[in-house]
Amino acid sequence: MLSKRLIVCLDVRAGKLAKSVKFVNTRDIGDPVIKAREYYEDGLDELVFYDITASSEKRNIMIDVVEEVAAQTFIPFSVGGGIRSVDDATRLRMAGAEKINVNSAAVKRPELIAECAYAIGSQSTVLSMDIRQVKESRTFPSGYEIVIDGGRTPMGIDAFVWSLKGEELGAGEVVVNSIDADGTRQGYEIKLTRMIANALSIPVIASGGAGTPEHLYEVLTEGGADAALVASMVHFGEYTCRELKEYLHNRDVKVRMRY
Amino acid sequence: MLAIVDYDAGNLRSVQRACRKVGLTAEIVADPRLVESAERIIFPGVGAATSAVDTLKERGLDKALLSAFQKGTPILGICLGAQIILEHTEEDDRDCLGIVEGICTRFEPDDPTLKVPHMGWNGVEVTQPHPLLEGVENGDEFYFVHSYFPRPSHAGNVYAVTDYGTSFCSALGRKNLFATQFHLEKSGRFGLSVLSRFAHWDGCLTT
Repeated sequence: MLSKRLIVCLDVRAGKLAKSVKFVNTRDIGDPVIKAREYYEDGLDELVFYDITASSEKRNIMIDVVEEVAAQTFIPFSVGGGIRSVDDATRLRMAGAEKINVNSAAVKRPELIAECAYAIGSQSTVLSMDIRQVKESRTFPSGYEIVIDGGRTPMGIDAFVWSLKGEELGAGEVVVNSIDADGTRQGYEIKLTRMIANALSIPVIASGGAGTPEHLYEVLTEGGADAALVASMVHFGEYTCRELKEYLHNRDVKVRMRY
Repeated sequence: MLAIVDYDAGNLRSVQRACRKVGLTAEIVADPRLVESAERIIFPGVGAATSAVDTLKERGLDKALLSAFQKGTPILGICLGAQIILEHTEEDDRDCLGIVEGICTRFEPDDPTLKVPHMGWNGVEVTQPHPLLEGVENGDEFYFVHSYFPRPSHAGNVYAVTDYGTSFCSALGRKNLFATQFHLEKSGRFGLSVLSRFAHWDGCLTT
């Protein structure tokens, strides 16, 4: 049977690894290629790179990072952040990314999902959603709203409805990222993750809020997620990928233990 | 020369990079003459079978692959490459190369929690020895991304199976052709070691 996946997210700003809390207070914490390689050798299942470079002239640096990572790690990795067109997606694919994450641009223009699915395949098209909790209402039947532009712009779109639409348009996987939980280390948004995982027939990656191995266990069992994404837990050396997987393995979650 | 067959099916450069990592110099080639004369061939691919088969035929690469197979060139198929070598795929009802007898069918798991595509790391069980699978232990995990899977007609062509609601063939072969449904270029060290054994494989089945 399939193993649950451990995914490490690396936020990259102008070629440097960065980490934010609730999407702000970003600081640089190292070289993404060196980190990626370290995690790969430690048994990580998958990598995600988010390009959070603010200025467009520095965005080409990301292509170099992707090529370097592709030459040194041999597990799947995806790239997101600022992808607005099939051209952007194809360039990153050619540079070596297995999958492309679309986010804000897909909310503004949903056809982007279908266009990417057609050009690079559904299996390589990931819909990443930044979500915050709101009061349940007619506009937000699920009680969750889609927010874009790095958490700055609420869109008045129900998150659950958007996830269904994303699958219909051809996304091969979704990332459920809770803005409320991001960087808090208080645990994933279990209710939201479960709601989406139950409804979709494509894999769901839970993101935002991981602070202890127990949190990963919760979201992979109770939350129904196929993969758990972590960042600060491993970036600052508090846990290794191996330790997180051993914890899950010891609690009978099937994870890849030999590599 | 090692030729990676270019038929616009996915990211061939990932395969090329993995080859480089294990010391193999590989060229991505679309010219059927170069494929036919290559010392060894990798036939990768992801995505839809329909356009892949069409492009192969348009470029005359189907005939080149068949002819290379007949003269004993070691060939390694990966993912879509492991499907197109069969006779037929149910994906858009397409006839394929027919090097191995059998067809490709879609996953239809009874268990609703099993998602299609089958995407992620899963274990393999070796069903008969093969030089390229030497050292692979039962339960070793490889990376998969696919909605259809190979179903060779003869058990003799099956070299490994994987469980996903049903036990399906995840590695198959015939003579100098070997193919894996899993992505050798994305399966970490285990995938790289199969690739590095392919670098020295003479196409014979005796180990």
